[in-house]
Amino acid sequence: MTTAELLGADPGWLIAVKGLLVFIICVICTLMAVWTERRVLAKMQLRTGPNRVGKFGLLQSLADGVKLALKEDIIPAAADKIVFIIAPIIATSMCFMAFAVIPMTGVVNLFGHKTALQLTDLPVGVLYILAVTSIGVYGVVLAGWSSGSTYPLLGGLRSSAQVISYEVAMGLSLVAVFIYAGSMSTSDIVASQHQHIWNAVVLFPSFVIYVISMVGETNRAPFDLAEAEGELVGGFHTEYSSLKFALFFLAEYVNIIAVSALATTLFLGGYHALPGLGFTESWLGGWFTLIWFFIKVIAFFFIFMWLRATLPRLRYDQFMKFGWKVLIPSSLLWILIVATLRVLQQQGAPRTTILAFAGLVVVIVMSISSLMDRTKQKARAPLPDGDTPNFPIPSLPHAKSVNVSGGK
Amino acid sequence: MTDFIEPHKKSEIDINAVSFDEVKQPGPASFINQAKGFWVTFSTMFKKNQTVQYPDVKAPTAPRFHGRHQLNRHPDGLEKCIGCELCAWACPADAIFVEGGNNTPGNQLSPGERHGAVYQINYLRCIFCGLCVEACPTRALTMTNEYELADDKREKLIFEKEDLLAPLRQGMLAPPHPMYPGMTDTNYYNGDVKESHPSQNGQG
Repeated sequence: MTTAELLGADPGWLIAVKGLLVFIICVICTLMAVWTERRVLAKMQLRTGPNRVGKFGLLQSLADGVKLALKEDIIPAAADKIVFIIAPIIATSMCFMAFAVIPMTGVVNLFGHKTALQLTDLPVGVLYILAVTSIGVYGVVLAGWSSGSTYPLLGGLRSSAQVISYEVAMGLSLVAVFIYAGSMSTSDIVASQHQHIWNAVVLFPSFVIYVISMVGETNRAPFDLAEAEGELVGGFHTEYSSLKFALFFLAEYVNIIAVSALATTLFLGGYHALPGLGFTESWLGGWFTLIWFFIKVIAFFFIFMWLRATLPRLRYDQFMKFGWKVLIPSSLLWILIVATLRVLQQQGAPRTTILAFAGLVVVIVMSISSLMDRTKQKARAPLPDGDTPNFPIPSLPHAKSVNVSGGK
Repeated sequence: MTDFIEPHKKSEIDINAVSFDEVKQPGPASFINQAKGFWVTFSTMFKKNQTVQYPDVKAPTAPRFHGRHQLNRHPDGLEKCIGCELCAWACPADAIFVEGGNNTPGNQLSPGERHGAVYQINYLRCIFCGLCVEACPTRALTMTNEYELADDKREKLIFEKEDLLAPLRQGMLAPPHPMYPGMTDTNYYNGDVKESHPSQNGQG
C-alpha cells in the first residue's frame, strides 16, 4: 500500500489531529531552534549564551515570545494598514503550509489508526512546497512596501529578489531528483531512496546546489544581506513590532526547518534510518523513524548555524552573480547530464556506453574550466609599458601609472 | 571655473615622480584555506568559554582599575581634602563640585586652614579618566575598584562627601577634632602622624 492510499483512509478527525501536530511540532521546533542557535553560536564564540531562564536557558525563547507579545504594537502613520497587518500573516502561514507534505515518519499507530505522520500526500508534493514558499515571498514584499518607509522597502526588495533568484536554482536542483525518482511526491522520493541509495550520493551536485540555495532562500548568513544591519537597519521588518514582528521571526525559523526537512526528504533518505541501521526502525515501531527524521533535520540546522558563525556576509552583487551565473548554469548542465544518463539507462544501453558518456562529460567540463582559467590569467597579465588607461586609477600591479593631472 | 585656482598643466606633473608601492594582490585563497575557517569555529565549540557569570560570580578587576572615587583620611581620622578645587578644575567632564570651608577651633575637619565643605562627584558625567586623582595635591582623592554604580535615579548618582569618604579605620577618630598635639599640617603631609592622640578625642 502506498503512502497516498494509506493517508486516503484517514478519518477527518485524524487529519485535524495531524494538522494540529504539524503546527505544534513547527512551533516547538522554532522555540528549540532559537535556543539551540543562540547556545551553539555562543559556544563558537567562546561565550555561554542564554542560560538563566529555565534549565540551561531552555525557556529563553518562550520568555522572548511573551516579552514580544506584551510590547506595544506600533503601526506607522505612513503605513498601508491592511497590507501591513496581512503581510506577516501571509509570511507565517505559508511556511507552516509547506510542512503539510513532509513525511515525518513511516507507518505508525496513531490513536489506533495505521497512518503516517504526514498531513497529505500530493502527487506534485515538491512543486506544492515550491509554490507555497513562493507565496511566502509576498509577505516579505508587502511588508517592505506597506511600511511606508525607505529601509524596509529596500530590504523587502532585496529579500524578494534574493528569494526569487535562489528559488530558480533550488527548483533546478530538484529536477534531477524528480528525474531520478520518477515522481514529484515526497513519499515516493523517500521510498525510491530507500530502495536504492540516498540522492545526496548519486546526485551530489544537486545536493550541493540545493544546500547553497536553501541558505540563500531563507535569507540566512552569509546571504542575510536583506537584514544587513549596517546598511538597512533590520530589513523588511524594520517597522514591525510586537506580535507582528514575532510572526516574521517565527516564519524565518519555520522556513529554515521546512527547507531542512525538504533537504532531508529529497536527499538524505527522509525518515528512514542511516544505511546499516535499518534495524532501529523496528524497535519502537514506526515512531523511531521520527527520531531519524529529526536527527537529519537538526544536522541541517547545525550547518545553518555553522555557516552563520564562520562566514562574513556577501556583497549584494556578488551574491546575485553567484546565484545567476554559477548556480543556475551549473545546475542546468547537471540536469542535462542526469537526463541523458537516465534515458540511456532506461533504453537499456550497455554499461560501457553510459560510462563512456559520463567520462566524456567529465573531460569536456574539465577542459572548459581549464580554458577559463587560462583566459583569466591572460586578463591578469600586466599591460605593456606606457599603455595607461585614460582615466585616473590607483596603483595596480598591472598598471603602474597614476594619472593624477587635473585638466581643463 | 578656473578663475581662482589654476590647475597644473599636464606637462608640469611628472607621473614617474609620484612614489607608490606596488602591492602584490593575493587573489582568492585556496579552497583548503577557506575551509580552515570552518574548523576554527567548530573547534572553538569545545574550548572553555570566557563568559563570567556576572551577578553570581564577580571577577576581580585589574589592580589599578578606575572605579568609584574615595576621599582618604589621615591616620588620626582627619580628612586629607583641603578644598582646593584642583580636582574640579582638572575634570574634563565637569563632574566634580567642591566648595572649601575654613577650619575653626570648634570645627576642625582637616589639618591646616581649609577643608572641603561640599564635595560632590556626578557619576552621570564622570568618565573615570583619573585626572582628578593626578591633580590632587594631598592624595585625598583616589579611586577604588568598585564598579557597580548603576542606579535608577539621577539624584542617586551624585555622590556627596559622606558617600565618598573612606571608612574610619583602627585608631582613627571621627572628625571634627583638633590636630595631633605638637604637629603642623606639614607634619601631617609628611606622614609623621601615625595614629590619633587620646587628647584629640576629649575635645571632639
